Amino acid sequence: MSGSVWMDTISAIFNFIDKTFVIAEIEIRKLRHDYFELITRSIQPILWLLILGQVFNRTHAIPTGNLSYISYLAPGILAQSVLFVVIFFGIAIIWERDLGILHKFLVSPTPRAALVLGKALSAGVRGLSQAAIIYIISLLLGVQMNWHIPALAVMLAVVILGSGLFATFSLIVACIVKTRDRFMGIGQILTMPLFFASNALYPISIMPHWLQFFSHINPLTYEVDALRALMVSGAVSAYGVGTDVVILLFSMTLLVGIGAWMYPRVVI
Amino acid sequence: MTILNIDRLKRLFGTLAAVDDLTLSVDEGEVFGLLGPNGAGKTTLIKMLTTLLPPTSGNAEIAGYDILRHSGDVRRIIGYVPQMLSADGNLTGYENLIVFAKLYNIPRTERNNRVREALQLMELTDVADKTVRTYSGGMIRRLEIAQSMLHRPRLLFLDEPTVGLDPLARGAVWEYIELLRAEYGTTIFLTTHYMEEADTLCTRISIMHMGKAVVTGTPAELKESIGADGATLDQVFAHYAGADLTSENGRGYREVSRTRRTARRLG
Repeated sequence: MSGSVWMDTISAIFNFIDKTFVIAEIEIRKLRHDYFELITRSIQPILWLLILGQVFNRTHAIPTGNLSYISYLAPGILAQSVLFVVIFFGIAIIWERDLGILHKFLVSPTPRAALVLGKALSAGVRGLSQAAIIYIISLLLGVQMNWHIPALAVMLAVVILGSGLFATFSLIVACIVKTRDRFMGIGQILTMPLFFASNALYPISIMPHWLQFFSHINPLTYEVDALRALMVSGAVSAYGVGTDVVILLFSMTLLVGIGAWMYPRVVI
Repeated sequence: MTILNIDRLKRLFGTLAAVDDLTLSVDEGEVFGLLGPNGAGKTTLIKMLTTLLPPTSGNAEIAGYDILRHSGDVRRIIGYVPQMLSADGNLTGYENLIVFAKLYNIPRTERNNRVREALQLMELTDVADKTVRTYSGGMIRRLEIAQSMLHRPRLLFLDEPTVGLDPLARGAVWEYIELLRAEYGTTIFLTTHYMEEADTLCTRISIMHMGKAVVTGTPAELKESIGADGATLDQVFAHYAGADLTSENGRGYREVSRTRRTARRLG
């Protein structure tokens, strides 16, 4: 008898993984039909690196140790641009709810958590396109890139994780505010503090104490920390890439759990 | 055989009972029509039956499965076409179908055949590889019906299937609904506020008003019940639901704007 319970559990897990990929596939198919968005999204990080990066690179105003400022900044901008893309993910959820698309998914026998994780995974694909662009620009701007294959592989995983995490966060916010107008306002309010209260632009050590506290509970900090060590040759991670990944995975699991619980409520 | 059994189902929004102790049953193979003015509670009822909205009290069973305790089983055997536009405009017709075939666990070997068959039945084969945003309102509705039928549901819910369609497209949708019943023996539960639609399609009708099913019967029975010679369903409707304009109450601005938007996009 316990054998059949095991079989049930295993088939449920396979079903969950399978459905997660179907949901991600839908989003990727949509991107393939309309990739204009991917192109426009690449402009903002280019500006950050080209303008802010170049200016601060000359002044040496921010203590970045043995790294040039542009090398210090590049991984921060990678994390930031991914954040800015996926933080508005919730708008798409509200749009799909308004249209009725969401209702049909919720009426299907798809596990709720697979609906949420699949969306998160598809956000990862958008994140990857940002990574590709930022790697190219960084190279052109003379950042000392780390081209080791294992580092690149882990970097891709961290980008997917970071995108998924903030996309899920956005989905949860969408489930709470429920209308596009309110979401736009909230989205603006959320992105800047997440960005500034992190180590993306400057080291945490130069922040006032109260801000240091917020930076330490901000998942973006751990994403940037990992990306810095993985992307820039000679950069050292402050917390250890392993720790960063564990923290990101933990936050992601927590958020997907909350999202799966809240998602069906968005249609009520 | 009864496929749907609703027992004193109730849903409150604040103090407003959108569905109020409603009891109703539908037999296998029927086309059952739920008629009622805006705000009568039709959509709320459908949302509860399709497991989207938990009831405040009472219960309902579909093919013996309780909508609350066995919601997973219910989801496997029902199909649903929401009132709103639900096909994804950024995907092709084929893609819209194939992803749902996957979500409904249709075996890999059979998936393609099912999708092709559905496209053919709804006469969408020629436009299968075009993105849905290029479709007309009637084509989108047909695609949505095809989507909801891929897993051969035993009970199909259609929430105002012809809202916002021109008379020609409306007639076509009726034909396709008939076709589904003939081809697969699917039981159909639809809501509408077009009398003509209920009269043409439905084997039985229930008129819903202020959250209650005020009268249920075949179109002929209902016409007879009001005692007027040669009564039309319009008269039946006015008799039971009242020409009471205050029954529009409880339907929010957002809900109305949604319906209008749907109507515009479909039209």
